[in-house]
Parts: sequence; C-alpha cells; structure tokens
Amino acid sequence: MPPEQNPSFAAAFAPALLDPTRTVPAIVTGPNGKAAGRRYAVYRNNVTVSLIDALAAIYPAVLRITGPDFFRAMARFHVRRTPPASPLLFDYGHGFPDFIAQYEHAQAVPWLADVARIERAWLDAYHARDAAPLSPARLSAIVPERLADIVFTPHPALGIVRSPFSAVTIFAANRDDAPVERIDASTPEDALITRPEFDVTVRRLPPGGAVFAACLASGRSLGEAAASALEASPEFDIASNIAGLIEAGAFTSLAPGDA
Amino acid sequence: MTTEIAHSTSAIPLRYSTPIGGVAGTSFKPEHLQAILGAGRQRGFFEVHAENYMGAGGPPHRALEAIRRDHPLSLHGVCMSIGGPQPLDKAHLARFRSLVARYQPALVSEHLAWSTHETSFFNDLLPLPYTEATLRYVCDHIDQVQEAIRRPLLLENPSTYVAFRDSSMAETDFIRAIAERTGCRLLLDVNNVFVSATNQGFSALEYLADFPLSRVGEIHLAGHAEQADDEGDLLLIDSHDGPVADAVWRLYEIVIQRRGPVPTLIEWDSKIPDWPVLQAEAAAAQAILDGCRPAALVGDCHAA
Ligand SMILES: [Fe+2]
Repeated sequence: MPPEQNPSFAAAFAPALLDPTRTVPAIVTGPNGKAAGRRYAVYRNNVTVSLIDALAAIYPAVLRITGPDFFRAMARFHVRRTPPASPLLFDYGHGFPDFIAQYEHAQAVPWLADVARIERAWLDAYHARDAAPLSPARLSAIVPERLADIVFTPHPALGIVRSPFSAVTIFAANRDDAPVERIDASTPEDALITRPEFDVTVRRLPPGGAVFAACLASGRSLGEAAASALEASPEFDIASNIAGLIEAGAFTSLAPGDA
Repeated sequence: MTTEIAHSTSAIPLRYSTPIGGVAGTSFKPEHLQAILGAGRQRGFFEVHAENYMGAGGPPHRALEAIRRDHPLSLHGVCMSIGGPQPLDKAHLARFRSLVARYQPALVSEHLAWSTHETSFFNDLLPLPYTEATLRYVCDHIDQVQEAIRRPLLLENPSTYVAFRDSSMAETDFIRAIAERTGCRLLLDVNNVFVSATNQGFSALEYLADFPLSRVGEIHLAGHAEQADDEGDLLLIDSHDGPVADAVWRLYEIVIQRRGPVPTLIEWDSKIPDWPVLQAEAAAAQAILDGCRPAALVGDCHAA
C-alpha cells in the first residue's frame, strides 16, 4: 500500500488505547503470526495506569479520603474521558475537581471536589514562576490618603479556593499519614495558597478575605476591594486582612494606582 | 515590578570537561536529593526526564540546580513524540531547548517512539512501523530538534511489545539510516534490546552485532518485569522498577568490550529504592567500565 493511502498508523493505533470497547488495531501483530491481544494490552495498561498514577500524585488527599480502589475507579473514568492535552503531566487534571463534583458515587462526600481544587492549586503554586514577595515595609511607606488607591501585582503562585464546606481543614488533615480526628465538614472555609519562597502554604482566610484577595488579585484598588469584602461580610477587617495577605506572600509589588 | 530570583534564568557554568567519558550515572529522583548532596561531589552523572523540569519555577529547579552544580547532567526527553506522524509540538520543542540552554547538560537524548496523537498525550512510549515513509518524517523531526538544541541528539532504541504488519525494515537498519541521514548519535538501551528480543523473537546478540555501535554516546541499563503473551510465552515489560537482570549485565559487558567505555545510566523510575541500592547498581556498571580500556591502547578488553 502506498504511504499516502495509509497516512497515519497512529490514527489506527491510538483510539483503542483508552477505549476498552474497541478491538486491537489490525495493523499490529505478534511475531511469527502470534496474536497481538495481550501485547497491545501492555500499551493500554501503561497508558491508563500511568495517567491514573499521575492523578493520584496530584490529588493525594482525595486518594486518602476515598481509598485507593474508589479513587482509581473514579480516576479511570476521568482519564478515559479527558486524557491529557499536554505532555506536562504536572499540568494534568485541572478538570478533575469538576468531574468529582459530578461523579455520582461521590455525591455522599460533597466537599471532595473542593479538597481537590485546593490540591490542584497547591501544585500550580509549587511549579509557579519564582518571584520575591512584596516586603511589608512597602505598604508602611504609603501615606494614608493614598492607601485606598493602591493596586497590587499578584504573586505567580497565588491561589484562592472558596468552599461552603470545611475544605481547608479536611485538606490539611489528609495530606500526610497522621491519624485524622473527626472533622465537622459544615463550616465554610476559603483557602489562600501561596509560595513566597519554595514551600507552598495553604491558610484559611477570615470572613470576607477571599472576596478581598480575589479583588486585589484582579487588579482592583485596595479601597474597592475592601468595599466588596465588607459587602460580602460585615465583620471584615481590612488591616488584619491586608497584613495577612502580604505576610503570606500573596503579592510581588504595589503601585499608587490611577487616582 | 517583579523581582526574579537571580539564579533562576542564567545558564550555569560548566564545572567539568565534556565529553564525560566512561562514567556510570543514575536517574535523579528528588527523594535522593539530601543523600546525594550530603555525600558531596562524586564521580558519575545524573539523568532527569526533561518534562519534570518544564515548570516555570519552584522546588524542582532548585533541586536540579543543586545537583547540576557539582555533577554532569543528562537531559532525557520522554515526550517529544519524534516517532509520530504529526508535526512536532513547537511549544514543547521550545521548552526543551530552554532547558538545554539553562542547564547545559553533558548528554541530551530522546526516544524513537511517539506519545501524542492529535491533542491527546498518552504518557507512554508507543511503537511505529519501520518503513521508508516513517523514516522520512522521523529524520525530519530529528533535524528540527538538533536545529533547536544546536547539538547532536542521542536517539534511544525502544522496547516493543507488538510488530507492525507494514514494517519493511529491521529496527537496526532503520536506526542506522536515521543516524546516517541526520548525524544524530545513539543511546543504546541494552535492557530494551533484551526486552524486544524476547518479545519479538530475535537474537539480542545479532541485534547488537547489527547496531551502529560507533555512534553510541550513552548506554541505558534497567530492570524489567515478566508477563505472558496470548500464547502463554514470556513477554517482558520494560518496567524500570528493579535491579538490572543478569542477562542484561552480560550483554552490557559484550557491548563495552566492543565499543569501549561509554557513559552508562542505571534507569530506575518506579518502586524507587534507597539511594545506596541505586548507587551500588551504578558502581557495578562503573566496575565494568573501569575494567575496560580502549581497544586501541590495550588490545582486547576483558571486563572484570
Ligand atoms: Fe532507556
């Protein structure tokens, strides 16, 4: 057969890799007329297992919470439906938290998707561009009448995850092997993820803090962000929140703003 | 204004003379970082999978900088999909080139395999038929990689489990033709030869006799696992999860006797052992390398 009539062996080889309902591609064989079934199955297994392993490495707390059998079954569905679109596996699985939220067997653990969102943000922060965090002295140097107008540049590692459940506490309790105390899952918790130097940190934001941090990260002024945060949460305290964000390494720089 | 951490973008000056010669190295695994740094500068080299260091920043780069400060580095690409019919991913090639520029590795390698089709990345080294048509685009892809990295690439022979009905060339002929057309060098994975020979029913010794050994610039040794094919016969899996098999050590000795000392890597990628176990495997390879002097100087070499 001339090559132009058979332009891509890959198009014949690839589809059955992640689809168990497809038969072994007819273009492959074993040596000396042997069958290719268990041979092709090695590739199927390598692909599926390695991608499930990749999700397990990105989502260790979800794995610990669900147990390996549940996790691997859930991850297998996701891997087959949404294989990676990039060879950088540390970037894989951004759609996994939404998949978990929809996964019928995970409906009894409604906070699981938010724990996954924190884990995904944790790895994004881990690989983010290195940048020196803003020094607290920079804020002290601003004259009070200009404070409301200043804007911040978010640190490349900054992440914010909001949850109606105790996602931060559950995340923190399941990222290592220590025994887990009973956790009341019903307290809303918002996570601040930063990496000022090389260690990723995940903190719980105070009421209004997530709205405040998200406004600042999107480039709105300190005054605008504080107003939005107060609207969301009347108990919001601007002084402790801005000090906390700077201390956590949420920003790299500040500027006087347009006013 | 964002302040970049000063060392993160500048190239690291070389602290050893290339080529690195007949030394044994190991895969670098982050869990071994403290043990390696604690022992100080040692003979040998470390190999990393390029893709693990393609993030923008963070601890992976800090670890690699620490390793690279005192040791030669081998940058081993796993995902370029050189053997696939579709054009190379330009963004991926640019990332690969940046890593070469930043870390100045002593060795740079990729696989005769593919891993991406259309937009899906399969995270495995998938096989290709050996034909005139596939030879043309594989050579084209290697030309592009070598143009980007400004040096010869070491191309690794695959381990395979299936054959293609369409293949019209032996793997060794295919690889020799690639090397002649592109000027690339070769990474001979002796475990892959042993695995493929068992799986495809050919002689590993004949394969090695046909292989263009003079172009080999690096050798890989690794462990494999055993399964069975549809007929119940032995099917070997290139698992990189254990020690190098005795039969592979014997093939390696034969290669070194014929080729002379070449940088040799112990690949160990899952079920990672403690550092001393990996180090001992490298020491065994080093003993074979040191037992050998170039044939031109001492005539026939008998490995220890
Ligand atoms: Fe290899």
